[in-house]
Amino acid sequence: MKLSLKVWRQQNAQSKGKMVTYPIDGIDGDMSFLEMMDVLNEQLNDKGEEPVVFDHDCREGICGSCSLQINGQPHGPDRLVTTCQLHMRTFNDGDEIVIEPFRAKAFPVIKDLMVDRSAFDRIQQAGGYVSVNTSGNTIDANATPIDKADADEAFYSAACIGCGACVAACKNASAMLFTAAKVSQYALLPQGQVEASTRVLNMVEQMDKEGFGNCTNTGACEIECPKGISLENIARMNREYLAASAKG
Amino acid sequence: MSTLDSKIPEGPLADKWTNYKNKINLVNPANKRNIDIIVVGTGLAGGSAAATLAELGYNVKTFCYQDSPRRAHSIAAQGGINASKNYQGDGDSDYRLFYDTVKGGDYRSREANVYRLAEVSGSIIDQCVAQGVPFAREYGGLLDNRSFGGVLVSRTFYAKGQTGQQLLLGAYSAMNRQINRGKIQAFNRHEMLDVVKVDGKARGIIARNLITGEIERHSAHAVVLASGGYGNVFFLSTNAMGSNVTAGWRAHRRGAYFANPCYTQIHPTCIPVSGDHQSKLTLMSESLRNDGRIWVPKNMEDAVAIREGKKKPTDLSEEERDYYLERRYPAFGNLVPRDVASRAAKECCDAGFGVNKTGEAVYLDFASAITRYGKEQALIQGNHNPTDQEVYDLGRDVIETKYGNLFQMYEKIVDQNPYKTPMMIYPAVHYTMGGLWVDYNLQTTVEGLYATGECNFSDHGANRLGASALMQGLADGYFVLPYTIGDYLSHDIRTGKIPTDTPEFEAAEKEVTDRIDKLMNAAGTHSVDYYHKILGKIMWNKCGMSRNATDLASAIEEISALRKDFWANVRVPGTADGLNQELEKAGRVADFLELGELFAKDALDRNESAGGHYREESVELDGPQKGEALRDDENYKYVSAWEYKGEPKDAVLHKEDLVFENIKLVTRSYK
Amino acid sequence: MGIISSSIARKFAMALSGLFLVFFLGQHLTINLMAVFSPDLFNETSQFMGTNPLVQFLLQPILIFGVVFHFVMGFILEIKNRNARVKSYAKYKGSANASWASRNMIISGLVVLAFLGLHLYDFWIHEMTVKYVSGDMTGLVDPSDPTSGFRYFEETVHKFESPVRVGLYVLSFVLLAIHLWHGFASSFQSVGFNNKYSVALTKFAKVYSILIPVGFIFIAIYLHLNQLPH
Repeated sequence: MKLSLKVWRQQNAQSKGKMVTYPIDGIDGDMSFLEMMDVLNEQLNDKGEEPVVFDHDCREGICGSCSLQINGQPHGPDRLVTTCQLHMRTFNDGDEIVIEPFRAKAFPVIKDLMVDRSAFDRIQQAGGYVSVNTSGNTIDANATPIDKADADEAFYSAACIGCGACVAACKNASAMLFTAAKVSQYALLPQGQVEASTRVLNMVEQMDKEGFGNCTNTGACEIECPKGISLENIARMNREYLAASAKG
Repeated sequence: MSTLDSKIPEGPLADKWTNYKNKINLVNPANKRNIDIIVVGTGLAGGSAAATLAELGYNVKTFCYQDSPRRAHSIAAQGGINASKNYQGDGDSDYRLFYDTVKGGDYRSREANVYRLAEVSGSIIDQCVAQGVPFAREYGGLLDNRSFGGVLVSRTFYAKGQTGQQLLLGAYSAMNRQINRGKIQAFNRHEMLDVVKVDGKARGIIARNLITGEIERHSAHAVVLASGGYGNVFFLSTNAMGSNVTAGWRAHRRGAYFANPCYTQIHPTCIPVSGDHQSKLTLMSESLRNDGRIWVPKNMEDAVAIREGKKKPTDLSEEERDYYLERRYPAFGNLVPRDVASRAAKECCDAGFGVNKTGEAVYLDFASAITRYGKEQALIQGNHNPTDQEVYDLGRDVIETKYGNLFQMYEKIVDQNPYKTPMMIYPAVHYTMGGLWVDYNLQTTVEGLYATGECNFSDHGANRLGASALMQGLADGYFVLPYTIGDYLSHDIRTGKIPTDTPEFEAAEKEVTDRIDKLMNAAGTHSVDYYHKILGKIMWNKCGMSRNATDLASAIEEISALRKDFWANVRVPGTADGLNQELEKAGRVADFLELGELFAKDALDRNESAGGHYREESVELDGPQKGEALRDDENYKYVSAWEYKGEPKDAVLHKEDLVFENIKLVTRSYK
Repeated sequence: MGIISSSIARKFAMALSGLFLVFFLGQHLTINLMAVFSPDLFNETSQFMGTNPLVQFLLQPILIFGVVFHFVMGFILEIKNRNARVKSYAKYKGSANASWASRNMIISGLVVLAFLGLHLYDFWIHEMTVKYVSGDMTGLVDPSDPTSGFRYFEETVHKFESPVRVGLYVLSFVLLAIHLWHGFASSFQSVGFNNKYSVALTKFAKVYSILIPVGFIFIAIYLHLNQLPH
C-alpha cells in the first residue's frame, strides 16, 4: 500500500509547528497504525532526520498512551479501538492520511504528536479515590454484597483508559466523559458513597480549572471512546453534582 | 560458599510472617515525616507500595517513564488475581495456594516467601474491594471466581478481561489520594538511569526528565525498584514497548545480584506473529483455555493444506484433529501450566503441524464450548429440542459474555471471526520470573535498595502460575514492603535529609551524562531498533522455549559482539537536551544487550529443565513421563544470583540453596 | 456568577431555560392555531394574554428573562468552548460522531435569535407601543368604537401578506426545528435524566421538535394563502 501522510511536526511546546507531508510505501494491511508509523520513523532515521514523536506503550489497547487524531477522528475511523489497534487494512492504497495531535487547551503539545495529558491526573487527584488505608484488616471482601447489575455498570465506567479521545473528539474539548466515568464508578458502588458529594464537586471543579470546555451533549465522545464509555455516565455525574450542590 | 543471607525468620512456616511482624522495629509517625523513599515504577508493585508508604507518613517520590502512573504495564494483565479466600468452598487454603505456587514454579522458589504471599493474598482482595475495584460478581452480589491453568480450585478473582487495569487503577487511585495530600511527589515522564550509593547504602537515584532531557539528582533514605520485567530483551513480547530492564540493570551494576535471569515465561495463548513489521505481541487471556480446546491437524497433509489456504480448519472432522493437550495430559487437559502448554505448541509446530502462513500457530477452538453452553441454556429456557442454530446462538451469547472483549480484540487484529473459525495462537514471551535477588525483606544485596513485583525474582520460581503476578505485585507493595522497609528505616531516624551535592551524586551523574554523550556521539549507521531486533532473534532462537548448550554458548558470543557493534555503530538522531525517544530506546537496548548475555550464561549454567527453562539435554528418557522436562534437584536446587564484574559473561555466580521443609519435591506431573 | 460558575451548573441552567422556552413554544403555538380554527377565540385569548396583569407583569418578564438568559448563556458557553481548543485541527471530521444539529447550536440559535428580532418588531414592539405608549388597552380595531371588534387577528393576517416575510418565517422555523432537535432531548441528559425511560422521552422530544415548528410554518403559510379582502 502506498500512502501520503500529512503529519504535524512541532519541535517543542514553544515552537509553532506545521504539517509536513511524507510519502510512504510498502504498507501491509496487517500492520497496526503505529507499526506504519514505525516504518515512517525508520525511513526518517535512515535519512538522518528526527523521527516523529508520538505516545505509545502497551500497543494492545489498554494503557491509553496512544492518541493521534487521524483524518479528523481520534484513534482514526474505526470504532472501539485505540490507534495501536487500528489496522492499516482500514485504509486504501493511495489514501492521504492527516495525523495530528489531540488538540485541547488543556492538552498542550509537548513535541510533534505527543501531548501533555496530566490534566487528567489532576482531575483524578482531586477526588478519584476512596479514602481507605491499606491495613490488611479492612472488612472481608464479601461482607458487602453488591448488586451484580451495579457492579457490572461500575466496571463499564471504570473501563476508561484515560486516553483523551473524548476531549479530542468533542468540539468543545470537554472532559466530561472522562470525569463522569470515574464519578460514576464510585457512585455505583457502596464503597464510594461516603465521599460521593465532595468527590463530584472537587473533580468537576478541577476539570473546569484545567480549561476543558463545556459539555453540549453532542455525543461525539461516546462514539469515539475506544472503550465505549456511555453518555449515561455524564447524566449520572450531572445528577450527582446537582444533588451534591443542593446538599451544599 | 554463598554470601547470600535470605534472612528467613525462624519458626514454623505458617507463623514466620506473623512472628516477624511482631519483632521488627517500627518508626514512629513523627519520624516518618523525616524519611524519604524513592519508588521507581508505578505499576501494581510500585503504585501500591508508594501509596501505602505515603499513607504511613513517609515522603515518597515516584518515578515512571510513562506520562501517568495509570499507564504502567500492569494495566495489560487480563485474566485475574489469585487469593486463597475459598469463597467457592472447593477446599482452597493458604497452604494450597502456597503449594500450587511452589509446585507450579517447579520447586525453584523460596518456601517462606511464597507462604507469605499466600497468607496475605486474601487481604489484597479485601483491600481492593474497599478501594472500589469492580470485581466480577455473581447474581447474589458476592464475588465470582474462575479457574486458571495449573490448579484444581477456583480462586481467581477477575474484572472481565481487564483485571490488571482495574487493580492498577485502584492502586493509582490510592496514589492519587496521597498526591492530593502532598505525601507523594510524582515524577512522570522520568527515567531512572542510576542508583546512587553512599557508604554502601542506596541513597538516591539519577533520573532523566524525558521532556527536557535534564539529568536530575534525587535523594532518599531508601530506594524501591518496582520497574517490572525484562521480557523485551526478546524484542517481541507481550510487554509494553517501553518496558525495560534499565533500572534493574543499573542496580545490578551497582552491586545488586541478578537472580535466575533465564527463567522466562513463554505464554501459550498469544496472537501469532503476522510479519516482519510486528512490533509487539498481543496476549489473549489464559482464561480462554477454560473453554477453548487446543488442536492441530492430525495429518500432515491437512496442516500443509491449511497453511496454503486450500483447506479451512472447520473442514476437518473431529477424527482429523489432534487435541494434543487433552491427549497428553488427561488430568489437566487444556489447563496445564503455561510452560507445558507452550512447549507442547512449539513441538507440534516444529514437527510441521503449525497452521498459519508462518507455520507457527495452533488452533484454540470454541466450537464445542459454544455447543455445550448452548444446549445448557436451551434447557434452562425450557427448550428441549433446540435447532443447531438456536444452540449456536445461545452458546455464542454465553461465550460473548465471558470473553467478548478478547474475541473483539482478536478480530480487530487478525481480521477473522473467532466465533465462526477457531482462533490461532502461538506462545510468546510474557513474564520474567528472574530479577534482582532479594532476601525475605525484599532487599537486594545493596543495603537500602529494595525490589518488588516482577522486578525481583522471589516468588514464582521457574514458572509463574496464571493470575499470580498481580497477586505478588500487590502483596509486595501493600502488605510486605511497608513492614520490611520500616524495619530498615528505623535506623535512619536521625540521619536527616540526604544531600545531593556530594561526590557520590556527582560521580553517578557524570557516568550517566557520559553514557548519554557516548550514545549521542556514536554517529553510526544503524538504528536502535536494528540492534534490538537482532538481539531479539538471537534470544528467541537460542534462549527461547527450548535451549541447549551449543546454542547458549554461541548466544553469549553473538550478543557480546552485537553489543560491541552497537556502541560503535548505533545512530541516535536529534539531541539529548529535549525529548528524544530514540535516545530513550538506545539506553534501554544497551542494557538489554548486557542482560541478554547474562541470561544466556545463566541458562547455560543451569543444565536442567525447570519450569520455563527447558534444556534439551535434560529430559525424561523413559517411564510414564518420557519426553517431558527433567528437573535435577540434586545439582540445581538453588537460586542463581549473579554478581556484576564488568562484562556480563564474567559475572560471578552465588548460589542460594533452596530448602524445602514443608513440601516434598516431586516430579511436576500434569498427566 | 455564583451558582453558575461551574460547567455542570451552566449546563443545567441552559437546559432549564431551554425546557422553559420549549414549553413556551407549545403554548404559543396553541394560541396561534386558534387563528386558523377560530379567529374569535384567537382574538379573545390574545386580549386576555395582552391585558392580564399576571401574564403581563409576571410571566412576560420571566419569559424575557428566560430568552435573554438562554442566549446570553449560549454565547458565554460558545466562547468558553471555543477557547478550550486554542489551536484547531487541520482536519476535523465532526460529522463522523455527532449530528449537524448538535454541533451547530450556535448557528441555529443565532438564526432563531435574528428571527426573534423580526418577530418582536412585527408584534411585540407594536403591542407595547399601542398598550403602554398610546395607553390603548382595549384591543379594539377602533378604540373609540366598541363594536369594531378585536384587532389581533386582522393585524396578524396582514403581517403574512408579504411572501418575503413568510419565507423568512419558514426558514427560521426550520432552523428552530434543528435547534430543538438537539436541544430538547439533550436537556434531559443535562439535568441528569438518562435511564430506561430516556428512549421514549427522546422520541417524544424529537417528535415535538418537528411538530412545533411545522405548526408555526403551517400557520404562516395558511394565513398567507388566506388573506382577508382589503
